[in-house]
Amino acid sequence: MESFAASLLNSLDIALLLFVIAVGLNIVFGVLNVINFAHGALYMLGAYFTFTIVNIWGLPYWPSLIIAPLAVAAVAIVIERVMLRYVYDRHITDSLLLTFALLLIIDDLVLMIWGPGIQVVEPPALLKGTFTVFGGRYPVYGLFVIFMGLVMVWGLWALFTKTRAGRIMRAASIDRDMAQTVGINVPMVLTGVFAFGAWIAAIGGVVAAPMRAIGPAMGDKIIIESFIVVVIGGLGSFPGTFLGAIVLGLIHGFGGRYLPDISLVLPYLGMALVLLLRPQGLMGGRGSA
Amino acid sequence: MKGSIPLVVMAAVLLALATLPYYVPYFYIFVATEVLIMGLLAGSYNLIFGYTGMLSFGHAAFFGFGAYITAMLLMHFEVPLLWAMIASMAGALVLAAIIGFFCVRLDEVYFAMLTLAFGMMVFAVALQWRSLTNGSDGISGFPLPEFGLGIDLTLADPMVYYYMVLVIVVLASAVLYLITRSPFGLMLKAISENPERVAFCGVNERRHRLIAFIIAGTFAGLSGALFAPFNRVANPDMVHWTQSAEPVLMTILGGAGYFMGPYFGAAVFVLLETWITSYTDQWMLFLGIVLALMVLFFRRGLLGTVLDRVMGR
Repeated sequence: MESFAASLLNSLDIALLLFVIAVGLNIVFGVLNVINFAHGALYMLGAYFTFTIVNIWGLPYWPSLIIAPLAVAAVAIVIERVMLRYVYDRHITDSLLLTFALLLIIDDLVLMIWGPGIQVVEPPALLKGTFTVFGGRYPVYGLFVIFMGLVMVWGLWALFTKTRAGRIMRAASIDRDMAQTVGINVPMVLTGVFAFGAWIAAIGGVVAAPMRAIGPAMGDKIIIESFIVVVIGGLGSFPGTFLGAIVLGLIHGFGGRYLPDISLVLPYLGMALVLLLRPQGLMGGRGSA
Repeated sequence: MKGSIPLVVMAAVLLALATLPYYVPYFYIFVATEVLIMGLLAGSYNLIFGYTGMLSFGHAAFFGFGAYITAMLLMHFEVPLLWAMIASMAGALVLAAIIGFFCVRLDEVYFAMLTLAFGMMVFAVALQWRSLTNGSDGISGFPLPEFGLGIDLTLADPMVYYYMVLVIVVLASAVLYLITRSPFGLMLKAISENPERVAFCGVNERRHRLIAFIIAGTFAGLSGALFAPFNRVANPDMVHWTQSAEPVLMTILGGAGYFMGPYFGAAVFVLLETWITSYTDQWMLFLGIVLALMVLFFRRGLLGTVLDRVMGR
């Protein structure tokens, strides 16, 4: 029983971190119609910037939560302006290949700058240590991850439903030409949305930094996980991303415990089943960013 | 007149490959062997990507499966290599039939995602079924017995292995070429250009796509079977999605519009990798920049761009 509670908490922190990363991928897909293969690399950049801010510059952890995502968003603006915007009118394969090229470039730059080793960032003093839940040990930091995830869920939901910026994004995702006609500066919105997606991914990176090993391959792994989340929940669906993240979190949290022999296959099996039975995803609908 | 240019070029390339060991340093025998094997992988991939218009991200599943079958048969049963290769093709055919059966139901992004999911499922099995696949270490240390059919080849000699690979890749590619030139191949081209219209004409386009998927998977299995003895190991890396990305990159590099494009792309890819990694570690950075430039400015690929000029397209 005690490790059931720990597994559940563990599933939750995995799920909410996955949500934060995958939701940016899904927003970018919904509005730009681009599958961003480099999204995981942007998440990784967030984690490495945190490492530099905390371990190299010697600043406390908290400022990195502001600085690193802004820095990554700035990188994303350059990427969108210099490369990505030239392939919007082409087949979706082209943007996939272009962002894959970006993934290779960012991965190698990270390797050049920070080296091949695994880096560790200490959690802030406030969040160190573990506590006991039903006799099982659970890190305090995990609670912070869950808290941050819930803040993002609430914040993004409020953004999309309550604010003008959110409505503009939804308008651009449903019909770009019409949005342009009614006076929305669509090219600017597209740049903004890509930067926004990168900003969210980088927040995921900063939050993950003290919990996950920071290494040059961390982006390659998370991007596939994000694809799974987005596919299970539904491409372009915001509530779907949340549901997909919970499903994958539970698979990770409990799969290894109850089905250790096939734990690695389970996420892909879930993804394939959803694609075959309900290709639009569990919460799928079109154009519902 | 212009139509004979590709034939002349082909003959020249074949002659150059057949006489290669006489004028290049010994080391390049290894490089050329890898180019041929990867060329077959990319060439098989282009049947579904360039010809049928399906972007698959799971092609390494068949490549890796073929490699594992050959490695295991050599390890445990010491069968002649020829039979191991045939078994690899048969195994890859069955796997492609199963995966393809599901995948061709979907289009575009959904197709790409489903091939990725199946490919990674095969990867997960290769990694996790330790008793059979030896986990992340893979299968290595298998012997290289005779070729089979009473043909006496010293396969451990890289020169001999190169010529064997050359003959097999040329034969397999000739079959692939004939398929692309057949009515079936032309139908695939039509499907990639306008699937609705093809379906409207009464053609079962889903079945055509499935058959193309199976053929491509089978030849990918053959290239895996050639690669395992060359690489002396079959491991999960060969099934990972990053391996699936390689034939995609090679095809884009060479050009998906011509049959020889992916082969040319494989040659450029392997040669660049060999040269650049001998000078610097930044191979991926270089590859990423080249790929981005190709997608942005030379969407028809290196060979495609050149041939378009020559042929006046």
